[in-house]
Amino acid sequence: MKARAIVVTSGKGGVGKTTTTANLGAALAKLGEKVAVVDVDVGLRNLDVVMGLEGRVVFDLIDVLEGRAKVRQALIRDKRVENLFLLPASQTKDKEALDPARFRELVRYLLTEEGFDRVLIDSPAGIEKGFQTAATPAEGALVVVNPEVSSVRDADRIIGLLEAREIRENFLIINRLRPKMVARGDMLSVEDVVEILGLKPIGIIPEDEQVLISTNQGEPLVLKGTSPAALAYMDTARRLRGEEVPFRNLEEAQGLLSVIRRLFGGR
Amino acid sequence: MWWRKRSKEKAKERLKLVLAYDRAKLSPGLVESLKRDLLEVLRRYFPAQEEGLSVAFEERGEKMVLIADIPLR
Repeated sequence: MKARAIVVTSGKGGVGKTTTTANLGAALAKLGEKVAVVDVDVGLRNLDVVMGLEGRVVFDLIDVLEGRAKVRQALIRDKRVENLFLLPASQTKDKEALDPARFRELVRYLLTEEGFDRVLIDSPAGIEKGFQTAATPAEGALVVVNPEVSSVRDADRIIGLLEAREIRENFLIINRLRPKMVARGDMLSVEDVVEILGLKPIGIIPEDEQVLISTNQGEPLVLKGTSPAALAYMDTARRLRGEEVPFRNLEEAQGLLSVIRRLFGGR
Repeated sequence: MWWRKRSKEKAKERLKLVLAYDRAKLSPGLVESLKRDLLEVLRRYFPAQEEGLSVAFEERGEKMVLIADIPLR
């Protein structure tokens, strides 16, 4: 993606925006970019706990926007990987304090003055002001969607709103895909979701227990694991950087049964 | 599962319909009342019947079109 300021959004809550922001941020940093992940969900801060950095929050986004702290004081450096920084949301302050124009300024500042290659903005759920503010500095968007009717419907709304804001470099991240359910026709496939939403996927993340386990431990999956979701997030980060990375066959290596099925000519 | 319709097909159909309404900023109930009114007007001119009358939206590229299929006999 050419876009350096990217909003991670979905409309619907609970589809994996924060997990996606944390993992893509860590993956991009691992690939050598200087990355800031910014939590815009004022009052419902979560990116800090997902990344395991909650103990180090002193200042937050609103402190910076209102001049009580310098950006560098509020940025938390992730010690596990070079060049990964978190700018936490405020948990207590009024969300009206988050001014879209000032927020845009701040993101510009990070990219032009602080030497960041990429700023990933974790948007709050919904289509109201929180999302609108998160989208204000964005040049591109990652729309996280689960292969499920309510999530797809909300993603469609969000895509419309992004287009209305003239944010054009948008891709889908299809999250929590269950290949076995897709194979037996009980879950929308990647092709179905792409056909309905008319947006290209840049990431296909399979449902993976390791995601919850790594959240429990406060360590982004891509920093330690080689589980299916960890690999899928690394692939996604590479595509984001412009590498041609084919999508993995998620049905492969799913145990004896699928091996037998393949032997007999099935997929 | 050959003995039942794949649930994802149902999901896809429902999504396509609901998104067509969402995108056109219409409520599905509106189309039902349009259908009733349309039938009332039609009856003034033709012996139109309710059975077989269908009113639906369809996406044609960028455009949304209203399709009415009206059996006269």
